[in-house]
Amino acid sequence: MDYVVVGAGPAGVIAAETLRRADPSGAVTLIGDEPAAPYSRMAIPYLLAGDIEPAGTHLRHGTGHYRAHGIKVVKGRRVTRVAAKSRVLTLDDGAKVKYDKLLVATGSRPVRPPIKGIDLPGIESCWTLADAAAIARKAKPRSRVVLMGAGFIGCIILEALAARKVDLTVVEMADRMVARMMDRQGGDMIKRWCEGRGVKVLTSTRVEAIEKTKTGFRLAIGRRAALEADLVVCATGVAPNVEFLKGSGVETEFGILVDHGLRTSVPDIFAAGDVAQGPELITGKPEVHAIQPTASEHGRVAALNMAGVPSHYRGSLSMNVLNTLGLISSSFGHWQGLPGGEIAEASDPDHFCYLRLCFKDDRVVGALALGLTQHVGVIRGLVQTGLPLGPWKKALQRDPHQVMNAYLDLTKAVP
Amino acid sequence: MQKSLLIEPEKCTSCLQCEMACSFEHEGSFNPAKSRIKVFEFEHGRRAIPYTCTQCAEAWCLHACPVEALARNPTTGAVEVKEDVCVGCKVCTIACPFGTINYNRDSGKVAKCDLCGGDPQCAAACPTGAITFVDSDWTGYERMKAWAAKTDNQPRA
Ligand SMILES: Cc1cc2nc3c(=O)[nH]c(=O)nc-3n(C[C@H](O)[C@H](O)[C@H](O)COP(=O)(O)OP(=O)(O)OC[C@H]3O[C@@H](n4cnc5c(N)ncnc54)[C@H](O)[C@@H]3O)c2cc1C
Repeated sequence: MDYVVVGAGPAGVIAAETLRRADPSGAVTLIGDEPAAPYSRMAIPYLLAGDIEPAGTHLRHGTGHYRAHGIKVVKGRRVTRVAAKSRVLTLDDGAKVKYDKLLVATGSRPVRPPIKGIDLPGIESCWTLADAAAIARKAKPRSRVVLMGAGFIGCIILEALAARKVDLTVVEMADRMVARMMDRQGGDMIKRWCEGRGVKVLTSTRVEAIEKTKTGFRLAIGRRAALEADLVVCATGVAPNVEFLKGSGVETEFGILVDHGLRTSVPDIFAAGDVAQGPELITGKPEVHAIQPTASEHGRVAALNMAGVPSHYRGSLSMNVLNTLGLISSSFGHWQGLPGGEIAEASDPDHFCYLRLCFKDDRVVGALALGLTQHVGVIRGLVQTGLPLGPWKKALQRDPHQVMNAYLDLTKAVP
Repeated sequence: MQKSLLIEPEKCTSCLQCEMACSFEHEGSFNPAKSRIKVFEFEHGRRAIPYTCTQCAEAWCLHACPVEALARNPTTGAVEVKEDVCVGCKVCTIACPFGTINYNRDSGKVAKCDLCGGDPQCAAACPTGAITFVDSDWTGYERMKAWAAKTDNQPRA
């Protein structure tokens, strides 16, 4: 059996290793278009902050890991076409690769808003090791850096840029920071915290145009105002890498549509990770959850099904944890709440502490937490297991901070 | 035979010796806030439960780690944090549905129970036998028994 995995990020690497274990006699090929050893994008901020060397971002350490596992790695080669009928891939050098089972784990790529000057040389995204190197060259202490976008990725980069001691301004179109992971209250606390630590944060602000100056860039914001910058970093969203599937018959909506077995609409083609749009844990609706835990879970389940080990994925749960200059926040599942559900909040803005729990019927379906680092995982435990809360629901509605005690009692850990 | 921590909360008096021993072993100071085992109290201290990682087979933390900083010790069976590899991203802390791997602000890394390399100090320090280190099979058996006792139809007193 010839297994081919396209994309050597976490989803692809975990899938390749799982394929090897599940079918020791199959041939496993992992094709990625980046030049480096397979690495984790999410380690990039720590490289940028100077905490680790490039090798510290690698998904697997030690030389010969892939060879030792009988995984053939093809680096720096892009798949340009999938002929589904004949089961043949075309690479960018014209080479053809045959497959019996194919996994598409090509992730996503950064996209920029359509404004004048956005593609000027020197405006950087922060998505690959190459991007990180380019930013590191220019983000020197006291250099003026404008970060466009304060979404989840933007805020992670914010932390790394601040560690480089740059003079940092963040411009965000939405009315708050991390709008897709925090409500107004949480987003405002994060903004106030960052401002208190010397970062300028402009929310509800749009960059209208960018032009080159003698030493850097001028960004027009609003009607009259402008920002001067030595470096512009763009973190304004992503789009899934699906173009090479054109003509293959693989159905896409935002990402590649997959079922509970990570199968696409075309037989023997599977998809996993950031590129896949699969069932969400609670609603079952197809969603893209572009996060590391989903990439890892998708990769494993897809590989098992490819190898003929029937595996059912219940669905992905959106979850994020963020450190903005020392303020730690996390979000789980349906933190906006579900129709007909209830919400309980406990907030202490002076101490940057906030906990919000969302219920639907007798279970917790989502949560936000600010300033909470110990035992936060139990919130995932509650959402993931859908544990009926019984009398604890009322107790949690009165005091959300009882969540650990509720969990311990409900899981029968207490006699 | 691998051994596991067997926790019998009914024997716990909430004396916190386990937290002291754990923090001293790992952090070099008696600081319960840094302990990897935590005693939770119910009903204003009338019931207490020592809680830590069970070294679960699924190892959610390990699978979520983006840089392979978590690995299972083949001798003890414990999932251990490689501090020199951990970047402090905290994804494991939200991925673990038991909440037993946590971020340590001082080190900038995550910390979890590592069974002290095979000689857990919490068990050694526990004066009432609420925490013991026993053959894994036995804890499995005991857990099943305990579970069965709780899920039967008898109303609880
Ligand atoms: C700066 C940053 C910080 C992040 N922080 C976090 C975080 O804290 N927590 C979290 O959960 N997630 C985080 N993420 C997101 C996380 O990194 C992704 O969810 C994860 O990498 C997805 O894995 P993947 O394998 O699906 O895709 P990717 O990691 O994107 O890997 C896909 C690979 O496929 C390659 N490829 C694409 N097209 C082709 C082709 N046609 N042929 C061959 N190869 C191709 C790509 O170049 C890439 O190497 C972060 C991302 C970034 C950029």
